[in-house]
Amino acid sequence: MVETKPHTTESIREILSSVLDPEIPVLSVIDMGIIREIGIDEGKVTVTITPTYSGCPAMHVIEESIRSTLLENGIDSVTLKTTFSPAWTTDWLSDTAKKKMNEYGIAPPVQIPHSALLQIEIPKVPCPYCHSSETQLKSEFGSTACKAYYFCISCHQPFEFFKPL
Amino acid sequence: MNNPPQLFEYLIRIADDRLILGHRLSEWCGHAPLLEEDIALANIGLDCIGQANNLYTVAAEVEGKKRSADDIVFFREAVEYKNLLLVEQPNKDFAQTLVRQFLYDSFGLLYFDALQQSAFQPLAGIAQKAVKELRYHFRHSSQWILRLGDGTDESHQRTQEALNSLWRYTGELFESDSLEQQLHSEGIAALSSGMKEEWDKIVTEILNKATLQIPSSEMHQQTGGRKGQHTEHLGHLLAEMQILQRSFPDIKW
Repeated sequence: MVETKPHTTESIREILSSVLDPEIPVLSVIDMGIIREIGIDEGKVTVTITPTYSGCPAMHVIEESIRSTLLENGIDSVTLKTTFSPAWTTDWLSDTAKKKMNEYGIAPPVQIPHSALLQIEIPKVPCPYCHSSETQLKSEFGSTACKAYYFCISCHQPFEFFKPL
Repeated sequence: MNNPPQLFEYLIRIADDRLILGHRLSEWCGHAPLLEEDIALANIGLDCIGQANNLYTVAAEVEGKKRSADDIVFFREAVEYKNLLLVEQPNKDFAQTLVRQFLYDSFGLLYFDALQQSAFQPLAGIAQKAVKELRYHFRHSSQWILRLGDGTDESHQRTQEALNSLWRYTGELFESDSLEQQLHSEGIAALSSGMKEEWDKIVTEILNKATLQIPSSEMHQQTGGRKGQHTEHLGHLLAEMQILQRSFPDIKW
């Protein structure tokens, strides 16, 4: 008979690190920085998450995956809560997360100097394939709310760029 | 947060602005003049609807009547919608859509920028993200105004016509009624009446560069959205948006 140990915040985090973002399936919800709080009360688990881009349609899928993964791991009572403050930012993506994203073929967000409210510079984005800085913005909006579409002039490879938020 | 009905009403009006504008943009899906624009308008619409959803979710909690964001959206009549008249105006052509977007984005950017300091934390959090999204929207719409205004004869003419027909809805953006003033004094709301000067500056600069004529400041201004007095267009929009839930309440995909 398998002895079951009581769950801790750490063990829950461990389980959640297997829940992947459906749009970038190399990143877990932990890598994305959307798990804000884990509460355990007599075996009942409360997970507080925060949305990424305001309109990200993947959030519903992510919530369902969190719930079902915890249930599969023997946690019968799962409550999901959403918090809006502080607001999620791409600064919360860890360096490991950015590296994984780059290897997957999506250029990770770069720091944009927060200048005037009305101006956002179009950032120089290195190609995730050949690392050349000779790249070109093709479309400011891409396949999902969080991405823009770029083209690499050096290796002629189109790629996506995760927009800083 | 001393007065939940007031706060609820305030959250609803900002949410309605975002929802109705987002719905209008979604109408372009599959019809935009270029593929990149189809994707851009759909994405901007998605941001708007996402922000609205977050605001409705918070509003529903404030109200405390166990209504969901969907209940608030699908089961209210036009008179209960409190959005600005500008955002409900129909898409017509690409110029009308982009002028509407530009006039709103330049206002929304200032408004959500101020809301980042709201004493009501969930609202401040939603605004902190919305303002970043709005910066992308503003860049997109203002760039189009420059290209359309200072483009071909036809694009110039259509953009000027759009400006002439939508200008009458811009006065309303800066009407701060007693609700907004009250919540502003409590540190919760932003005060739109104080943003007119800054907005004029932003809009004038872009329109001048785009070789477009700014309509006369004497033009009659149409208002009433915050009181639920809408133009004829909102009812049609709601009919299409709400039909499924009205016919089959609580139906799920």
